[in-house]
Amino acid sequence: MHGVASALHAEPNQYFIIIHVKYLKKRLDTMAIPDEEFLLKTTSACAGCPSSLILRYVTKAAGADTVLVIPACCTSVIQGVYPTTAMNLPVYNVAFASAAAVASGMSEAFRAEGKKTNVICYAGDGGTIDIGIQALSGALERGTDFLYICYDNEAYSNTGMQRSGATPLGAVTTTTPGGKKDHKKDLDAIVAAHNPVYQATACAAYPQDLYNKVEKALSIPGPKFMHILAPCPPGWRFPSEKTVEMGKLAVKAGLWVLYERENGKLTITGASKAAMKKRIPVEDYLSVQGRFRKITAEETAEVQKTVEDTIARLQREVDGIC
Amino acid sequence: MLTFGTGNKAVAMAVRDAKPVVVAAYPITPQTEIVEEIANFVTEGSLAARYIPVESEHSSMAACIGAAATGVRTFTATSSHGLVYMCEMMHMSAGARLPIVMANANRALGPGWNIGAEHSDSISMRDTGWLQVYVSTVQEAYDATLMAFRIAEHTDVLLPVMINLDGFLLTHITQTFETVEPGDFIPPIATPHAIDINNPGGYGTLTPGNTHFKFRHDIERGMQASIPVIVETEAEFSRRFGREYHLYEEYRCEDADVVIIAMGTLGKEMEVAVDILREEGTRAGAIRMRWFRPFITPELNGKDVVVIDRDYSFGYGGVLAGELQAKSGCQPFSVIAGLGGQEVTYDDIAEFVRIRRPGTEHWFGVDD
Repeated sequence: MHGVASALHAEPNQYFIIIHVKYLKKRLDTMAIPDEEFLLKTTSACAGCPSSLILRYVTKAAGADTVLVIPACCTSVIQGVYPTTAMNLPVYNVAFASAAAVASGMSEAFRAEGKKTNVICYAGDGGTIDIGIQALSGALERGTDFLYICYDNEAYSNTGMQRSGATPLGAVTTTTPGGKKDHKKDLDAIVAAHNPVYQATACAAYPQDLYNKVEKALSIPGPKFMHILAPCPPGWRFPSEKTVEMGKLAVKAGLWVLYERENGKLTITGASKAAMKKRIPVEDYLSVQGRFRKITAEETAEVQKTVEDTIARLQREVDGIC
Repeated sequence: MLTFGTGNKAVAMAVRDAKPVVVAAYPITPQTEIVEEIANFVTEGSLAARYIPVESEHSSMAACIGAAATGVRTFTATSSHGLVYMCEMMHMSAGARLPIVMANANRALGPGWNIGAEHSDSISMRDTGWLQVYVSTVQEAYDATLMAFRIAEHTDVLLPVMINLDGFLLTHITQTFETVEPGDFIPPIATPHAIDINNPGGYGTLTPGNTHFKFRHDIERGMQASIPVIVETEAEFSRRFGREYHLYEEYRCEDADVVIIAMGTLGKEMEVAVDILREEGTRAGAIRMRWFRPFITPELNGKDVVVIDRDYSFGYGGVLAGELQAKSGCQPFSVIAGLGGQEVTYDDIAEFVRIRRPGTEHWFGVDD
């Protein structure tokens, strides 16, 4: 606001220049994202798919010297059907619970052979928070040199939207037809307990923030983890052109906080800097998604309280008060 | 070099001599000494491998899969509950045509907790696409482990190999054995489908019903192709190092009227039973099945057959007996003996022959 205010008080010419420089800076940031595509236009993703949007930027940041390890998840389907593939990178498809362990072996083998190839697990929330958490915990604890990305669409979306440990309170899924009565599992706290060298959250709605974090993660040796919110139109029941809008609402409501934690130091990033101070009510996010059609007023209040508690906890961490 | 040690130690020394690049390790009785010995080799520098101390057997096979996918030599070891816990990854590793080598210390499954020898663990992995060899001495544990790498990595095979040694009866007994300098007996690994950054592709992508069966059939082609590779490998081993192995080992079978068939340590014990029976005037012989997968049907030529299974398929029968019957048409006297480390002596085995009733089943300790 301060910048805009001074611009308004400036001479017309100066005002124009300030806006132009801001625009240019934005352009330059975006231009840092390479044109090269590793996820080709032949995916079998649903319309408005956030997982493929995320994957596109993840692979742009990672570059060609990368292997993706993918457990059973939406991306098993998104990449296409044999003998074709929409991925222009080696993709190793593995069993549901095994991604992080496969990546462990792969990373050790590459390093033993003197190769710096990025090993990236790209897994859904079910494959991470539920069935894959043991392997993830083991790989993090062993200091595996890899990046684990959990794209979180908050349910078993690939099998048609069953509840997962990541499904939020009140959400209707095919296995919680009356709405989920339990809270979303705090995956980030679990991962943080392993002290990875780099940990970040991101959201499909903010590709630049996401890109920067993947790029930074891969520049650091050791275990890295990213948790990326993936608003899923068919699963969450919103129109497929609103994927980005839904991600932005989640961040603005403080339900999803963009941050990175490098060697234990937490930094709030991007749009979440503003959301740490002022947020839209959670109703603005919940009311536009069909999956929350059965959420009660008490549950909505509980969701709002969880947001306030989480923001307060993160702010204390930022301020160094724990 | 002549040395002495347990079956576990022999396996570990063979692994050291085969020089894998990645070893994934998770302890379980009675296999633990294998991964402990390998940890020592890696720590002291006699094996330049990456040692991954995984958090479960599911992950040990997963880590081997990830490593083998890049085209390097891999090894792990397990037993009993560990093996069945990694069952999913057993299918995945064979299906991905990765030449992983694993030692399995044969042990019973719970409940109740029993750490004694039993083949139910490995037999239940029968249909995964893994080759399975059963050994009977410490020397054979060493030799079979070395040969397993050459067989698995052969480009006609490209399937994982499991070396099975009876828990405690072989893993924990000490015998003298000779180690070798393998030299180029195990050629450098050259996995044709190893991950290549410069030639990216999808591995294990969605594979529809009009294609999936072709990959399944390819596994069977690899399995069948492994038979001549095993024969050639065992012949070459004999030529270089002087010890002879065959697809199955016969003992005094030429003029036998009755043959006893078993796998693992019982297959060695029964040679003494054959000698006892011969002294009594019974023309007995013994066939020790070494390879369970691929299954190689021995020549039985109308002889009476007594099969000892250290396993059982509930609702069916002894697995080895059933498979021999199906493949050869014989009507075996099927003895179920040695489950959970139940003691079976050569006198017991001789008695099985004396009381044989072809086409029937006998539970040792139950039906006596």
